[in-house]
Amino acid sequence: MALLEIKVNGREYQVAVDATTSLLTVLREHLHITGPKVGCETGDCGACSVLVNGKLRRACLTNALTIQGAEVVTVEGVGGSGRLHTLQKAFYENHATQCGFCTPGMIMASKALLDENPNPTEMEIKEALSGNLCRCASYPNIITAVKSAAQKVTDGGGDR
Amino acid sequence: MTYKSVGESKPRYNALAHVTGEARYVDDIFIPGTLTVKVLRSPVHKGIIRKLDISKAEKIPGVYGVIVAADVPCNTYGYLTLDQAVLAEKEIRYMGEPIAAVAADTVEIANEALDLIEFDIEKQTPVFDPLEAMKPDAPKVRPEGNVLMVGGRPYRLVYNGDIEKGFAQADEIVENTFFFPSQEHAPIEPQVSLAVPEKDGRLTIHTVTQGMHFLLKQIQRILGQGEDLSHRWSERMQYSSRGGHLGWSDIKYVGGNVGGAFGGKTELHADAIAALLALKTGRPCKWRWTREEEMLHSARHSPWRITFKDGVTKDGRIVARQVFTLHDAGAYTGFSSYVVDKHAFYVAGPYHLPNVQVKCSVVYTNKAPTGAIRGFGVTPGTYACEIQMNMIAERLGMDPWDLRFVNAMRNGDQLATRTRLESVYLIETMQKLAEVVNHPLNEEYATLTSAPREI
Amino acid sequence: MKKRGKGIAMAFYPTGMGGGGDFTNAIVKIKPDGTADLIMGTVELGQGANTVLPQMVAEILGLTYEQVRFINDNTDTCPICFGSFASRVTYFAGNAAVEAATSAREKLFEIAAPDLDAPPEMLEAADGMIRIKSRPDKAVPIGDVATKGLYELHQFVVGTGTFGRPRSIPDPENGACDPLATLAWASVQIEVEVDTETGIVTILDSKSVYDVGKAINPALARQQVEGGAIMGMSWATLENLYPQYPSPNFQPRSLGEYMIATTMDIPNIETFMLECPSPHGPFGAKGIGEMTANPPSPAVVNAVHDAIGVWITDIPITPEKVLRALEKKKKEENDG
Repeated sequence: MALLEIKVNGREYQVAVDATTSLLTVLREHLHITGPKVGCETGDCGACSVLVNGKLRRACLTNALTIQGAEVVTVEGVGGSGRLHTLQKAFYENHATQCGFCTPGMIMASKALLDENPNPTEMEIKEALSGNLCRCASYPNIITAVKSAAQKVTDGGGDR
Repeated sequence: MTYKSVGESKPRYNALAHVTGEARYVDDIFIPGTLTVKVLRSPVHKGIIRKLDISKAEKIPGVYGVIVAADVPCNTYGYLTLDQAVLAEKEIRYMGEPIAAVAADTVEIANEALDLIEFDIEKQTPVFDPLEAMKPDAPKVRPEGNVLMVGGRPYRLVYNGDIEKGFAQADEIVENTFFFPSQEHAPIEPQVSLAVPEKDGRLTIHTVTQGMHFLLKQIQRILGQGEDLSHRWSERMQYSSRGGHLGWSDIKYVGGNVGGAFGGKTELHADAIAALLALKTGRPCKWRWTREEEMLHSARHSPWRITFKDGVTKDGRIVARQVFTLHDAGAYTGFSSYVVDKHAFYVAGPYHLPNVQVKCSVVYTNKAPTGAIRGFGVTPGTYACEIQMNMIAERLGMDPWDLRFVNAMRNGDQLATRTRLESVYLIETMQKLAEVVNHPLNEEYATLTSAPREI
Repeated sequence: MKKRGKGIAMAFYPTGMGGGGDFTNAIVKIKPDGTADLIMGTVELGQGANTVLPQMVAEILGLTYEQVRFINDNTDTCPICFGSFASRVTYFAGNAAVEAATSAREKLFEIAAPDLDAPPEMLEAADGMIRIKSRPDKAVPIGDVATKGLYELHQFVVGTGTFGRPRSIPDPENGACDPLATLAWASVQIEVEVDTETGIVTILDSKSVYDVGKAINPALARQQVEGGAIMGMSWATLENLYPQYPSPNFQPRSLGEYMIATTMDIPNIETFMLECPSPHGPFGAKGIGEMTANPPSPAVVNAVHDAIGVWITDIPITPEKVLRALEKKKKEENDG
């Protein structure tokens, strides 16, 4: 057993983990932060996607102890306390969800994209989200939502 | 009439919960003391269990219950045919069939316990190919034989008119066989079930099912009918006033918010075993399938083999349509006795067919049981039918659009089941499609309507 | 060399369980503040039951969509719904919800009638009010009517509804029966590009026309059509659980081995919805949740044939199958 110290959505935590505990297990089972989902546990579906020190990672494949001291952001924290991020509003307004299970990971992947590329083309959006599976296939509306969010930020009305 | 709600693109009821991550799915429910469930699955395709010893597994610290067939009050279930075992007692019919289940503190301990279950299965020769399975000397997947009998025949028969007379009127016979493979629903949310013993001895099951009452009927039979096995349950569960039989109102399904299903969550999958372990241990038990279990063992789309033999006239009228379908059901009946009918009703397609005959056969093989999927039964029918239509057009040198206009159903036409149809709109959708893809239609087809055809 | 082709497929699809026998019940409860609870055992899968059903109830009761709560989470307090499958929810659960709302509305009319000095038949529910049809200025807020009913008259302001179809058993001789509630219709065209060197089939464009009866929520209906189109195209080019069928060997074990469509696989998708009302559906609606996945696969097969003149009728159309088919065709042309 070892002590993991991480910051999640702006709050500091200390969690007892062992050498094989994944970040996904820490978030869901220890901290009860359930936005990141268990979809496959093999890194194929993207439903567990979170930001670790600003970079998009699969929480299911991330060994918790290897990110000692890191800052993690999940969909619950993407807008900041009590606020909705521009992307969350865009997903809501553009009917970009159906069953909603892929949505947390999809939003984090979209955030990672806009952080790096505030004005993505449609192809750049598709490539950035190609690792997030949506079986309901809300893809068309998701792409529209990301475009809309990027536009809002460009127009100065939203946060990245 | 202007509607204020109906016809409006209102936001989804739980869209806000989706985008904030607050939507709660079954796996997001945490109850202190919940045990992790793992299941021992048959490594062989077909065989007889000769030995099953769970004693070593039960003794590991951190294991609170191990169940086998003898722990299941009523060990057969299904939809119309009750032939599937919750936990295999003697007979193994497919690789992956559940044999025993463990509830433990952690996934690691549960897996360790599985490794300590000693078992011996006498292997038998399996049959995978439905064409082989139909032969008289094929290995028997089930004692009643490998073909489902429907009304005394080895297929569902639906016909209208006189097929031989129809063929006699034809100028060309067009015969083709199509294969529609098996697919997996692959919802991003896997199968998961959390069974919780309640304060008053009742059982709550958090479920991902598409039909809570649909499965409640099935699981109540498994848990509440058959033998009184309450002496094998934890004392906590025995102490309720309900005795050894759980009634309909002793089980509560909680759910209603599912992470995608597409027909793949119409089976008990994780519910029955999680429930049985909750009874056994007196503790909440969660069984979440791995994606690998989902891919290999969950109900999947059956493979379909469909032969169309059509008699057509030179001017493109289909005067006779004969369809023979083979549905590879897998090891248990599941929904196959239902879908064989649904398929037979619609496979001939949305076309006016004065003479039609459909035979649809359900064949059992030693593969994972098949189940419902989006489009169930009609999907492979549409697939075969619409390719066949283009093949007929090719043979006759006709435009595939024209062939469909010639044969399209209209109001008053019949299905193969002799149901007379009203509110038929195929032609209207075809005309609209022609418009949006800029396909020119001649005067006749551009002005055709679905008004009843003149006899 | 890249070759393009177009393929069409037409389809119909029934609403409800094959052969009938399924049903759904509903409860609508009016609360003292004039909002309503719609209580049903109908499961939400992402198809939008939890949205279109409250929309229908809101319409009947003259409330806004936001004023109707949807409660569907357990089998103790929620009445029986057969299940969310067979494309039955909009139609069957919808009809039950409409009946329950209509029944609750009748109670509101009876309670309000003396205060509005008009018989119940002369009343309507609109804009959050119970009012006289020809005199919209003679109105009482629904909340006041419900409060009066509950707290003064001690009446339970609730309505119930049921919708089901009797079971129709096929005739054992010829299969004759009455298997459906209603049918929806569709026509689809898909355009593909086939690379004759690599065998890769790229789907470029999908245009669909779907008759939905009545789009209770057009955005959600559109999501069903697009979602189904993508799933159908995924079946046509990517998915196979038994790559060595009939042997179960080498089944894919993960979502890395079993490929489903991603953002990189979607073509340009255009959807057109026709509203040809069903005679007995709620507001004329029909079910379309499943149907939308059906026409794409044959349309892709037909499009590939149009592009390269070969029939590949065992989907998924993999690059291997394309190249083998082209090779075979070339050999036949040389031999012939």
